[in-house]
Amino acid sequence: MTTSDSRLTGSRSERPPPDVEPALIAALGRGEEGAFETLIQRHHTALIRLARVWVRDASAAEEVVQETWLAVVQGIHAFQGRSSLQSWIFGILANKAKRRGTRESRSHPFSAYDIGIDQEDSPGISPDHFFPHGHEWAGHWSHPLADEESCPERHMLADELGGFILRKIDELPAPYRGVILLHDFHGLNTEETCTILGISANNQRVILHRARTRLRVALEPYLKGNDHAASSG
Amino acid sequence: MPPPVDNGEAVALGALRCREFVDLVADYLESTLDQQTRARFEDHLIDCPDCSVYLRQLEEIVGAVGILREEDLSPGARDVLLSRFRTWKIGG
Repeated sequence: MTTSDSRLTGSRSERPPPDVEPALIAALGRGEEGAFETLIQRHHTALIRLARVWVRDASAAEEVVQETWLAVVQGIHAFQGRSSLQSWIFGILANKAKRRGTRESRSHPFSAYDIGIDQEDSPGISPDHFFPHGHEWAGHWSHPLADEESCPERHMLADELGGFILRKIDELPAPYRGVILLHDFHGLNTEETCTILGISANNQRVILHRARTRLRVALEPYLKGNDHAASSG
Repeated sequence: MPPPVDNGEAVALGALRCREFVDLVADYLESTLDQQTRARFEDHLIDCPDCSVYLRQLEEIVGAVGILREEDLSPGARDVLLSRFRTWKIGG
């Protein structure tokens, strides 16, 4: 990674080390309210955001997450640790949200997306960004990216920037959101991401790349020091 | 400026074009490129400042998303959830 010189310097995540999970799971199994509070502080808002991949509005997302928490509490004794606790909880949420989305007569976002993958030939970069076939430089960038190093530095406060990126993620199409939230934000691996979303590894790869490409466009002012877009969006 | 490489037909097995490079970035970041493709990818990276910037930007985005923090749970939502928890039977 070459992020050390990045101006995208958000605040550090405070994810817990995995070795505290068994104690937390045992405490929840004993019905300790403190354990439940730890879990909701850690995951509730993430679950709400993730539920919106499948369900239409905020109140439906709230209901789905409430159902998820009830299932977590009632099923904690059955959790066998084959995945992380987070991944298990996300899986419960995804199943409930998919069912809710189906009841809302909403087409499955990832099924619809399967069609789109075959219709686009490049993962998210418009062909006009490259010189066309027949050109001396066919297939190479038609406008250079490497010319912005001398622009003035522009920094946002870490919290502002984090909020800005989250808003940009929320604006992505549902499948892009699902993949980037699970894989890049919450750090799940490809296998966990595919299992939870019910997609193939290849589709996950393509969707992830397109999602990152969309974010790159949205965040370009911060990546390249462009002077006038820091307060937009 | 684009790098002074291909003459068109030699590209498939030789130097990558930028567009092909872009298509391989996700696999490169996941470390799933085979050795030969990875070598072609890295050769292109040395020759092409624009693709070098593109890769750095993608890495930057992945890094920035990876350190995001989710919004805090509001006290009101916490209280509602805790009061529901008290009515639920642990373990079903």
